[in-house]
Amino acid sequence: MGDPVLAAAAMIKEFSGVRVLDDINLEVSGGEIFGIIGENGAGKSTLIKIFSGIYQATSGELFLEGQKVEIKSPIVAKKLGISTVPQEFNLIGTLSVFENIFLGSELRKHLLLDKTSMKRRTIELLQELNSKFSPDALVDSLSVAQKQIVEIAKALVHDSKILIMDEPTAVLTKEEANILFSRMQSLKDKGVSILFISHKLKEIREICDRVMILRDGRQISIDRTGEIDEHEMAHRMVGRQLTQIFPPKTIGREEPALEVKSIEVSDSVHDVTFRLAKGEVLGIAGLMGSGQTELAEAIMGIGKIEAGELFIQGRQVNIRSPRHAVHEKIAYLSDDRQGKGILLNFDVPSNITLISLKDYAKILINKVKEYKSAQDYRERFSIRAASLAYELQYLSGGNQQKVYLSKWMDTHPEVLILNEPTRGIDVNAKSEIYHFVQSLAVSGIACLVISSELEEIVGLCSRVLVMRSGRITGELIGDDINEETIMLYAVGLQDTRNKDGATIQ
Amino acid sequence: MKRRFDFAKYAPIFALIILFILSSFASPYFLKVRNLTNILRQSSYTGIIGLGMTFVIISGGIDLSVGSMVAFVGGIVILVLNYFGGGPLAITWAIIAGLGLGLIAGAFNGLIVTKGKVAPFIATLGTMSIFRSLTLYISNAGEFRSVSDIYPIIGSGYFLSVPIPVWVFFIMAVIFHILLNNTRYGRYVCAVGANEKVAVYSAIKIDWVKLMTYALTGLSVAVTSIMLSSRLNSLSSSNAGVFYELDAIAAVVIGGTSLSGGSGTIMGSVIGAIILGMINNMLNMVGVSPYLQGTVKGFVIIFAVLVQYKRKNN
Repeated sequence: MGDPVLAAAAMIKEFSGVRVLDDINLEVSGGEIFGIIGENGAGKSTLIKIFSGIYQATSGELFLEGQKVEIKSPIVAKKLGISTVPQEFNLIGTLSVFENIFLGSELRKHLLLDKTSMKRRTIELLQELNSKFSPDALVDSLSVAQKQIVEIAKALVHDSKILIMDEPTAVLTKEEANILFSRMQSLKDKGVSILFISHKLKEIREICDRVMILRDGRQISIDRTGEIDEHEMAHRMVGRQLTQIFPPKTIGREEPALEVKSIEVSDSVHDVTFRLAKGEVLGIAGLMGSGQTELAEAIMGIGKIEAGELFIQGRQVNIRSPRHAVHEKIAYLSDDRQGKGILLNFDVPSNITLISLKDYAKILINKVKEYKSAQDYRERFSIRAASLAYELQYLSGGNQQKVYLSKWMDTHPEVLILNEPTRGIDVNAKSEIYHFVQSLAVSGIACLVISSELEEIVGLCSRVLVMRSGRITGELIGDDINEETIMLYAVGLQDTRNKDGATIQ
Repeated sequence: MKRRFDFAKYAPIFALIILFILSSFASPYFLKVRNLTNILRQSSYTGIIGLGMTFVIISGGIDLSVGSMVAFVGGIVILVLNYFGGGPLAITWAIIAGLGLGLIAGAFNGLIVTKGKVAPFIATLGTMSIFRSLTLYISNAGEFRSVSDIYPIIGSGYFLSVPIPVWVFFIMAVIFHILLNNTRYGRYVCAVGANEKVAVYSAIKIDWVKLMTYALTGLSVAVTSIMLSSRLNSLSSSNAGVFYELDAIAAVVIGGTSLSGGSGTIMGSVIGAIILGMINNMLNMVGVSPYLQGTVKGFVIIFAVLVQYKRKNN
């Protein structure tokens, strides 16, 4: 590897006097994949935002191919050959795929847009990424994984020297991630340097040449990935030994809390039948977009159930609205925390009490009671916020998720549905969430965990259903709950529920 | 840790103070009690509407029909008043009819927006035309004249040397403030405006919440109609309430409520209304052509939005 393409020296970043990055020194070579890991709030996002021109460093120097540079704005960054695939999608849903990819750098033929060339180039890019959707498709109509592909294509359309990827695999399935990795490999071979942020330490080891560990804004170490194992990475990230990510599993009780019989939701859920017992942690695994979210939302009264029956505590119910679901003591943490879960401009107490507000108000809201309750949840779920009066936008992803969980726990549910409960949060907060879920189950709450992260399903659930194309293809217990077996069902290589109409119980 | 003073948050109150000082230098008549109460009275008409408008805007909507609705409701109030002879009982009936009609007219806006799923801007643009046209038709484009001798007491009277409309404005402001900050309904309004989808997933009946914001606005329009028609003891079908939607929305925006919804304060809207009233008053006193007053108002609104925008991006 040659001279460093990108380098930072003694870089410091402060926000209104608070130091969030302290003395960062790094050099990234041409064609290197450089991993950056750290807990939420460790400063990863701030660091890459400085590289991509969104923030300016308070002090310190930046070098691009040996030249000192100032990256004053994202536009300057783009001109210098630095592209970013952001963590939160930056796409315009009402525009088509190719319009998004060329947004801000449209190809022109004289005064008019050259749509033909843009579409052709988009098809090429998508082919390179092994994706087959139309360049004319509206972004709103795409799945989360497909949107991610569009984001990557958008970054690739500029001939970048440096590509920054902020948790690109958080929403991808393993196959999709593998495709992404092979893309990254070929970019690397072309000499492109990649800054890669991920919470998945295994990926970091697989794909990166070196890895930098950040903690509390300080750079703890930079190592070749061959010389550091995942355990050591996790250890350095949290600054102490992680005892156990997953708590011991519990077995559910006898009484069923929720029973679903032959439920149909148009185009997405077909003939789904299962039963969830009190105190059980039941997993629903499967590739993203296999109907898990639609199933959960149908139970919550958001999607329409077209056929089938639903029983809660043995009573048949016909849930018409989220309100009705809350009344039946069902809680649902959606997979889209910021889009469907929490209010970013509300403080901690008013987020927590939003659904259960009736308990705090006869006519006027008892704000003292609200605050006390929030205080209790802060202790119970160790929500780290300097003040409860902080708006949620200033909390890290992990703490937002804990507030979201508190919000639903305040409705005193008996059935708790968690959809991708740890998406985009750090390993420490993940482990905390797992322990909370387990202790809720022990207290008798029936938990349904939907996740496309196999590790999570395997580590947390005592029984697992696998969904594929809207159907349940298998049910696993005991030693059968492992990543390989789940994948066989998830990709359709095995199906014990639908072939010959046989159903295992 | 440094803590910067959040200037933008207090911008409306500073603007009010600066404007007050400037005006008192600009004209010797400004500080006369008579003039000050007059400013408050003038501000109260659109200020009262601004109270309801604050709810609509926080929930993410807009109501352009309020000006026409002032004429429509005010006209009907006078017709009811005359029908019952203009005595005290007639006034009572007229007020009840007015408030009821305001609620219904507002709820009508709300229904079009929620059940009809028409964008608030378009829905209320439509009803703006409907209300004005109905008013013109009923009065044959003329004036509604009241036959009552005692009706003007409401709009012109004083209580403890403060005009009655000003009392009504302040008392309603307190009630609306409590409604917004201390009740479930107020919290839901902010939630719906902040993120409608989150509100749906949080089991909030968003259609009902939105519909009620328009009904509340209709109610405040009715109060203004009563104050205005009783002040003049008549109402012009073509001129009453013209541009009130502009002033009411401006008061809310100057008061710091974001047009994109999600948060805002009643206190801000009250100050916003008074700022507008004071600007009008000052321009009158220093002899600026009334035709130019709209220009000044326009710049003030744009400036207020710019300040908000800066605040968001800091």
